[in-house]
Amino acid sequence: MVYSYFPGCTLRAKAKGFESSTLASCEVLGVCLEELEEWQCCGATFPLQIDNSFPLVSPTRTLASAKKAGRELVTLCSACLNVLKRTNHVIREDLDKREKVCAFIEEDYSGEVEVLHLLEILRDEIGFESLARKVVSPFAGLPVAAYYGCLLLRPPEEVGIDDPESPSVLEEFLSALGCDPVEYPYKTECCGSYVVLQPGEPAVSPSRLVVESAKSRGAKVIVTSCPLCQFNLDYAQSGSVERGENAVPVVYFTQLLAVALGLGEEVLEFDGHIVPPGLIFQSVGVGGCGGLT
Amino acid sequence: MKLSREVIHTEDKRKLQDISGEEILSCYQCGKCSAGCAMTSAMDLLPHQVIRLLQLGQVQEALDSKTIWVCASCLACSARCPRGMSLANVMESLRSTFLRPGDRCLNPAEIPYELLEIVPEQALVAAFRKYT
Repeated sequence: MVYSYFPGCTLRAKAKGFESSTLASCEVLGVCLEELEEWQCCGATFPLQIDNSFPLVSPTRTLASAKKAGRELVTLCSACLNVLKRTNHVIREDLDKREKVCAFIEEDYSGEVEVLHLLEILRDEIGFESLARKVVSPFAGLPVAAYYGCLLLRPPEEVGIDDPESPSVLEEFLSALGCDPVEYPYKTECCGSYVVLQPGEPAVSPSRLVVESAKSRGAKVIVTSCPLCQFNLDYAQSGSVERGENAVPVVYFTQLLAVALGLGEEVLEFDGHIVPPGLIFQSVGVGGCGGLT
Repeated sequence: MKLSREVIHTEDKRKLQDISGEEILSCYQCGKCSAGCAMTSAMDLLPHQVIRLLQLGQVQEALDSKTIWVCASCLACSARCPRGMSLANVMESLRSTFLRPGDRCLNPAEIPYELLEIVPEQALVAAFRKYT
């Protein structure tokens, strides 16, 4: 299985562990991710103004570059997925915008590339049953909360890789690794996204609500596929960590995948995490991560 | 407030509809958007109240509200609206009305250094797209 691969800006900077755990896991699973020769930041948000085509320029360049490579395009970050899929949709459906954007970037692109999230490959190409057979260090019932957030699911008709209100792909993935997926009502709620950069805290932090809800259902770990969700849920717990209170590590789903596939801690790169994930792995005695702190 | 055709149908409102692609009068004020919004604790007006103001032509009042800057574009409202209106597009059209002449609502110099050190790049790119 060979795919073109779009890393996006954050995986090369603050979310290195997301990429390193993915690339190592994919190698074990026989999935070859070939990085695009030419790519640039997707813009992180899809424009919600119908009269503005400028923000479509950079994602369309990336899509046109993937067309030349002639393969389906895989991405890991929920925001990149959202922007690339929605841009692809506009280019396919809106002839005026297609013409305008393609003339500007001097490319011939009309939406030929299929954009996929890694979860779709695990579910639809490899299959979770087959994935479960490749697991060498199962998590032995570790209670894990799947956090979807917004960008993987909405808008459902353009992006949705699953049911927008009641998704299950991450839970099925977690079950394949031997985890016990925790059901909680906040799994598709917004974490607050870029509003974290606005001065002043909201009266009720949306990220805190998500974490508390997952914790109240017994979650010991939260998984996500969005670097900003990872940050917000982690950052919302900074106070708890300082006070020595019980905090829940927030990790990328591929970091659990790497552990389950028996890969070593060097591919996990937990450096930037606020709530130390190593303690959880130690407490459940998962193979390959015993030395993590 | 005295309502008249002139008060309700303003040029400003037409512009918002051009930017957002949404017909603001199509909202029937069921409140589902506000019920499911994750950010209401930081808002001064609920999302459906912003739409109601626009329906009545009170664009300036909507522009002055904190709500449009607290919206995180998570699209929960848009995905759930029984009228199929993308409320998130309307919020963005209000932000755009403020930003397009060159104003901004996020000053990079005011982001605390400790936060800047740890926040993912994705947040910075998104925030500067939304707030400047």
